[in-house]
Amino acid sequence: MEFYAGYYDVIVVGAGHAGCEAALAAARLNCKTAVFSISLEGIAMLACNPSIGGTSKGHLVREVDALGGEIGINTDKTFIQIRMLNTGKGPAVHSLRAQADKRNYHMSMKLTLENQNNLDVKQGEVKEIKVRGNRVDGIVLTTGEYYKCRAVVLATGVYLKSRVIIGEFSINSGPSGLFPANYLSQCLKDLGFSLRRFKTGTPARVNKRSIDFTKMKEQPGDEIIIPFSFMNDSIIRKQVPCWLTYTNQHTHEIIRQNLHRSPLYSGMIEGVGARYCPSIEDKVVKFKDKESHQVFIEPEGLNTMEMYVQGMSTSMPVDVQIAMHRTVPGLENVEIMRPAYAIEYDCIDPTQLKLSLESKDIEGLFFAGQINGSSGYEEAAGQGIIAGINAVQYVRNNPPLILDRSQAYIGVLIDDLVTKGTNEPYRMMTSRAEYRLLLRQDNADIRLTEIGRKIGLVDNKRYDRYMKKKELIEKELERVKEIIISPTEKILEFLERKGTTLIKSGITLYDLLKRPEIGYDDLKEIGLDNEVLGRQEREQVEIQIKYEGYIKKQIRQAEQFKKMENKIIPDDIEYDDIKGLRIEARQKLKEIKPRSLGQASRISGVSPADISVLMVYLEKMRRLKNIGG
Amino acid sequence: MEDTITAISTPIGVGGIGIVRISGSKSLDIARKLFRTKAGKKIKDYKNRYFYYGKIVDSEGKTVDEVLMVIMLAPNSYTKEDIVEIHCHGGIVPLRQILKLTIQQGARLAQPGEFTKRAFLNGRIDLAQAEGIMDLICAKTETAAKASIQHMEGILSERIKNMRENLIDLLARIEVTIDYPEEDIEEIEAKRCIESLTYINKEIDRLLATADRGKLIRQGIKVVIVGKPNVGKSSLLNALLRENRAIVTDIPGTTRDIIEESLDINGVLVRILDTAGIRKAKDIIEDIGIKRSIQNMKEADLVLWVMDATRIIDKEDLEIAESIKEKKKIVILNKVDNHVIIDLNNVKEYIEGVPVIRTSAILGQGISDVEKRIYDMVMSGKIQADDELMITNIRHQEALMRANEHIRDALDALKDNVALDLVSIDIRGACDALGTITGESVTEDLIDKIFSEFCLGK
Repeated sequence: MEFYAGYYDVIVVGAGHAGCEAALAAARLNCKTAVFSISLEGIAMLACNPSIGGTSKGHLVREVDALGGEIGINTDKTFIQIRMLNTGKGPAVHSLRAQADKRNYHMSMKLTLENQNNLDVKQGEVKEIKVRGNRVDGIVLTTGEYYKCRAVVLATGVYLKSRVIIGEFSINSGPSGLFPANYLSQCLKDLGFSLRRFKTGTPARVNKRSIDFTKMKEQPGDEIIIPFSFMNDSIIRKQVPCWLTYTNQHTHEIIRQNLHRSPLYSGMIEGVGARYCPSIEDKVVKFKDKESHQVFIEPEGLNTMEMYVQGMSTSMPVDVQIAMHRTVPGLENVEIMRPAYAIEYDCIDPTQLKLSLESKDIEGLFFAGQINGSSGYEEAAGQGIIAGINAVQYVRNNPPLILDRSQAYIGVLIDDLVTKGTNEPYRMMTSRAEYRLLLRQDNADIRLTEIGRKIGLVDNKRYDRYMKKKELIEKELERVKEIIISPTEKILEFLERKGTTLIKSGITLYDLLKRPEIGYDDLKEIGLDNEVLGRQEREQVEIQIKYEGYIKKQIRQAEQFKKMENKIIPDDIEYDDIKGLRIEARQKLKEIKPRSLGQASRISGVSPADISVLMVYLEKMRRLKNIGG
Repeated sequence: MEDTITAISTPIGVGGIGIVRISGSKSLDIARKLFRTKAGKKIKDYKNRYFYYGKIVDSEGKTVDEVLMVIMLAPNSYTKEDIVEIHCHGGIVPLRQILKLTIQQGARLAQPGEFTKRAFLNGRIDLAQAEGIMDLICAKTETAAKASIQHMEGILSERIKNMRENLIDLLARIEVTIDYPEEDIEEIEAKRCIESLTYINKEIDRLLATADRGKLIRQGIKVVIVGKPNVGKSSLLNALLRENRAIVTDIPGTTRDIIEESLDINGVLVRILDTAGIRKAKDIIEDIGIKRSIQNMKEADLVLWVMDATRIIDKEDLEIAESIKEKKKIVILNKVDNHVIIDLNNVKEYIEGVPVIRTSAILGQGISDVEKRIYDMVMSGKIQADDELMITNIRHQEALMRANEHIRDALDALKDNVALDLVSIDIRGACDALGTITGESVTEDLIDKIFSEFCLGK
């Protein structure tokens, strides 16, 4: 029996990494918000590896943090190891990655949601989205509650009609034994969405006590901890190591002998998996010549013996899983606690969305995370915060927040999804970002704090910190341009020690810092650093000076790009009226409904000539309007 | 601010004067670098909309052509931007060179219809013409597309694709270690990058060196030599090229495939094709050759119909005459150093008004008459080259030049020990530039490459 249960401004369906950010954003922006989860045990569950960040994903975390999101803060609260990757490379690709305590991560996020004003956290399965006209009107739970609302954010993760597969066995189930969502897919179909089926998987969890670590290589965390959130300058914490071992020919032999039992090869799995997340059987088949593959053993938390076996994702039957694990050095006697599994689920074609993540056809219906065909906690969080913000903007009749490709990885992610669509679970990569030197993880706050402030998510504390940091950086950049060092004995000795060319006449500190051999912290040795500056400011000063040439080059490119992004295409454009467009282009434009000429130019099948034609047409319409008005 | 565009704005190869037009903020700057007057006047002293006499010089200060130049300052110009027009001699060589110099100085080759598009967007042209402009862009792009890669020599397009493939490969090797720092993938060494990039840099230089001779894409007047077997077609080609390109024997059917060469006749670019003699084929290979001959004959701008002066006209000659009835042609009576017995009256109806030139290809007699006749026919407008092809050629050159600029920047950076993820920005730029020729996008190809080459994942 359906009954009226209440009203919310914004309802978020799903409390994974997208749902949490969406719900918190909406509630923090003072909308009456509810978040529904099939099981409250599933809130912010790290269903796969217990790690957050990594290349480009770490960038996403920092961006969400700068906008006033929670993923960075929650990771800082609960990590048990943290490392900065790629430090041997340029600053654009330095990336933070943390191992989180899985249970703590969940508990800590759950508590944050529970304590959030304006937010109700509820357990229940949503079976229907109510739509009136072409507008969202509410949701109905399987248990009969009907909640009226203005906007809905769907962040259902992998739960839609999910099926878990382990070898020959399969069961309709969500991840980790949680319930699947069996009804919502049909509702989405009825609303006109086209669904497809994607697949992902997770490796086994094994008991730490059954592992011989003497045969593995220890992977400790960084000695100096650099936190994720811009709100934290430093954290002191005891860290736990990960461990590295390798598969070998025996492992591969077992896999090859049992390939016929793998559902991937027997045809039992129909969902599309990602190329970057191959199972071990995929790796063995596709890269025959590789004699061994890395296996990382990662702790799932401090209060558990469960360890995650990264590199051994598989959907083989359990007997094969046991046999292949036991061929790996250190895992000879391993006890599997939870077998590896593959999981299939429904998701939508994201080209049905606007850049705001709102449906093109149903007003007030937003989508975020894996339901849009992405993969990864960080990708989900990035979409979640944008969907949450834009649901609020919609409720208040404000224009949506759209980050472009030159502003944020979040912008690249969403633009890729809604403009090009995806044929496999989409993973962020630094190679996808055209302006990656501008989109660094270290300057995410400089890029996005003001934007978050304007939206209303950045509180005074965060904003003050940011303003102070900004001022310090600007002043320091001026200072180093003014201070000139002369070739005194002390300076020459310092330069020689650093292995850099000696100077004959005076140069500015600024020019000295341009040299690859000299870092900002080195200035301490000659007493010329600014002690007031903290880690974050020092980093900024150094990067902005050292990479000035490249940064300027990319800024110029980004400016060119912006010009096209700023040419907005009106919603009511009639592509059929534009004669000069090629048929293919016209169809694509009608389907994608790009927001700007820039976005139009990224649609496959739309040529530069089509863009020219469009440009002339838009100018024609503008002039006609002027005459008319 | 929009970028500065350049184009040849008069039909090519026809008329005594040709115009290169530049529009955009950098126009005057570019003109300043290229244009010299006798008096050494400075560009800023030129009056708006006055003609000035002078010369265009290349980067080494060598004179390219004597020209008249006029500047039209914004907003009182066609595009409402600063425009410079260079009026030079109408031949293909000066026009092409001047166009190239403007590109070297930072202008971009205009897209089809782009001047008119700017004129409209800047409010110069009234609304009624908007549709026309859209049609123009559409139509011109279509011809340009046709002229594009399909006209490129098979081998050359292969070479460009290979270079791009090499760059993508390099990029994938750099990017994979960035996006997957924890996988056991060997980091590519700067030394290897330098080697690869140096090689590609030289390869592009080589391509650009041949570009002006029309080898980058098949352009110019298409002249096809036809005739029955063993009348001396290959000898004629060799004589025109003044080298032994085609194998000449007295065995009929020696030439089995099409031989194509480029010829520069006083600045008129000619693609000359020697075809298999047309007769009933004796084997499959010859049959294919003959079919191609017929195809090429159909596409020819001009046919050189070669007949053997020492033989009488027979059925094979008449069949050829019939098949080229509609074509513009020159009749070549070859082997006139021997006893001439041919009677042209038997083909009178086919050669009315057609020039007949008597040659001895072996001895080189009459060859300059053939050249002169081809030149005259082009200059008088009787036959016309496809402009679009020349423009496409320059477009490809421009893309190659841009690619090489990026590669040079990448090499400089590598020598300065700059981190690879920064160098990759320039390598990507080079890929993008080559992609404008092959029509492919970097990101997708790169990601495909990364996942097909490397074993990655959880």
